[in-house]
Amino acid sequence: MTAKERMAIEPQAMPEQDAKVRARNMNEVALGYTAEMARREASRCMQCAAKPCMQGCPVAINIPGFLAKAAEGDFEGALAIIRETSLLPAVCGRVCPQEKQCQKFCTMGKLLKDVDKAVAIGRVERFVADLAREKAAQSAGKGAPAPSAAAAPAARTGKRVAVVGSGPASITCAADCARAGHDVTMFEAFHKAGGVLVYGIPEFRLPKAIVQNEIDGLKALGVKVELNYVVGRTRKLRDLMDKDGFDAVFVGTGAGLPKFMDIEGENLVGVFSANEYLTRANLMKAYDEKGHDTPFWHGRRVAVLGGGNVAMDASRMALRLGAEKVYLVYRRSEAEMPARKEEVHHAKEEGVEFLMLQNAKRVLGDDQGRVVGLECLKYELGEPDASGRRSPVAIPGSEFTLDVDTVVVAVGNASNPLIPATTEGLEVNKRGNIVVNPETNMTSIPGVFAGGDIVLGAATVILAMGEGRRAAAGINAYLAGKGSAS
Amino acid sequence: MNCIKEKRQLSDNVFFMKIDAPLIARERKAGQFIILMVDEEAGERIPLTIADADETAGTISIIFQTVGATTMKLSRLNVGDSLAAVLGPLGRPTDIRGANGEKPGHVVCVGGGIGVAPMHPIAQALKAAGNRVTIIMGARNKSLFVMEDEMRRIAGDDLILMTDDGSSGRKGLVTEPLKELCEAGAVDEVIAIGPPIMMKFCALATKPYGVKTVASLNTIMIDGTGMCGGCRVSVGGKTKFVCVDGPEFDAHQVDWDLMLKRMGAFKPQETAARDHICNLFKGI
Repeated sequence: MTAKERMAIEPQAMPEQDAKVRARNMNEVALGYTAEMARREASRCMQCAAKPCMQGCPVAINIPGFLAKAAEGDFEGALAIIRETSLLPAVCGRVCPQEKQCQKFCTMGKLLKDVDKAVAIGRVERFVADLAREKAAQSAGKGAPAPSAAAAPAARTGKRVAVVGSGPASITCAADCARAGHDVTMFEAFHKAGGVLVYGIPEFRLPKAIVQNEIDGLKALGVKVELNYVVGRTRKLRDLMDKDGFDAVFVGTGAGLPKFMDIEGENLVGVFSANEYLTRANLMKAYDEKGHDTPFWHGRRVAVLGGGNVAMDASRMALRLGAEKVYLVYRRSEAEMPARKEEVHHAKEEGVEFLMLQNAKRVLGDDQGRVVGLECLKYELGEPDASGRRSPVAIPGSEFTLDVDTVVVAVGNASNPLIPATTEGLEVNKRGNIVVNPETNMTSIPGVFAGGDIVLGAATVILAMGEGRRAAAGINAYLAGKGSAS
Repeated sequence: MNCIKEKRQLSDNVFFMKIDAPLIARERKAGQFIILMVDEEAGERIPLTIADADETAGTISIIFQTVGATTMKLSRLNVGDSLAAVLGPLGRPTDIRGANGEKPGHVVCVGGGIGVAPMHPIAQALKAAGNRVTIIMGARNKSLFVMEDEMRRIAGDDLILMTDDGSSGRKGLVTEPLKELCEAGAVDEVIAIGPPIMMKFCALATKPYGVKTVASLNTIMIDGTGMCGGCRVSVGGKTKFVCVDGPEFDAHQVDWDLMLKRMGAFKPQETAARDHICNLFKGI
């Protein structure tokens, strides 16, 4: 195929549920490509020599390689190439901010002078991962293990690895350590494994069956999953090594400590962290019409504060759980929003009203302590700040009040203090993130490794996955150096 | 794991259970709590205090009142049944006066209703650290006292019982003897555990005397590890998480009125859920 022919192929739009319908149901919004669409979209890849897309990928997936296979219709071959570097393609194909990573650098997008016309790498990735999962489920019946389990583990080493947390960094680290032949146990504080993939990201963006499939895949690899076990409390981290016989520990506990705004009224009834709001809805199943015991706050008029993916998730969840009006309040402009473009687009389509360059000043309550309004200030963009984004400056006297009964705060997470506070000698930086060797991800304690948001601060699934992978390599090298088990 | 080993009904709506939880029994310290689930799929996570633990037997004891859907379901379980989840021990252990090189003193423990249950391990630890321990127990009437014998073993003659109707001990509120003790001037520290309204009034009672007063808060929680922030309270004007910063705080600094309001956040839903469960059980 010539470059001209490739350029002539129409970008394949993602089939989606109708915005009005989906805004009131919990099913996945994006329906996924058909095989023909995936093949056509993959055929748009120029197979250029420079492969700029790979530089945009945090784990450097051989993108032109897998797209070439997909273009031939060899979807299994495509998946095999992705799996050389990425463990969670069905997840990352859905939640990666592709327009800021691989697709940002795509030659096709540059030629057509529109990043939205770059090859839809994430959508093809998602298709090949979904296809393999569906095939495996068909051939093996219900509960087929994830293809990630396909690679057979190496000979047993007799070494034991504890993985703390069960989000993307931990899943990746556990899989790589198990494949190296170590005896891996994963510890999760919640009653369900998956971390932010199950309590945070909603069903309509990432179906829970996909996450469960990955956990089942780990189990098929021999990973033991201990639920309801909070390392630091149920057992101190050092005791896992000193008393329970673990040779290495990976800490992937994430950035689970919600930040609030530090404004008047933020503890009123009806103000929630996005973590709490989404956990009630997702993990505790407020969405489930069959019934659930955890109460949910059915706000009629909801203001969500923030501009990231979590803010999009919370505002769209509010609509789905019956809110009549949802505002998204962000103090910068839309161009600075950290959320995935697709999520912003979906949120708008579904009816979330975006209030840009505005920020909450205080939450107003009635005599019962319940939210009755949100006083906001208008902002304008000033000089670029440390992050390179133009910093918002409040316009004096621009106060106005939003008529809301619910406020959801989605302005990020600080690092969870539980493990550092209960582990003597574990070095953290001033923000509370665990300090690691950037090559091995080993912490200040020999044999203890860390990765994901607890190291990076709040970041993305793919970065966490990359960290988990690097830490696993660090652990495998460390354990090899320790010689054979006694 | 999580199997119920013993169950006793202590009063109309108060139950005692001993649960197989060896890891928690091994690690728990006075002042810590657990989160449990009765149902795996659609269940709720509720925090409950630990009344006692036996490391050798690998069991923990809980005392709970049937107030909502989950405690109702819990009360229907029997010996041999297992809970879907038990997580813990959570929260920071009590800072036991006298245990960290500090001079032991006279500590007054005030337990209201089933708040006596979590007070038990704390009073035990305070006694073991060499403190004089006075215990004030309060309840609406005699039948609602829990762990009276255990508390008497710790406090001996320094056990003061208070009931609303005078059916046991003195008639009146726990704040009355608390004030008298503070007035007498020999109190180094007060620890209050019970209904928030009782803890609030204990704080008000001791404040004029400048006696250090600690309260153990029992707010709404989901994960219990700092992730959700549902348990947050305002202490000294700062937002604190009960699950990781507490559960114990300086009672004089807690914004009790706000906490009381937050605890009522889901009252209509909770009442509806409880009534639903009640009706289900009536039908059996």
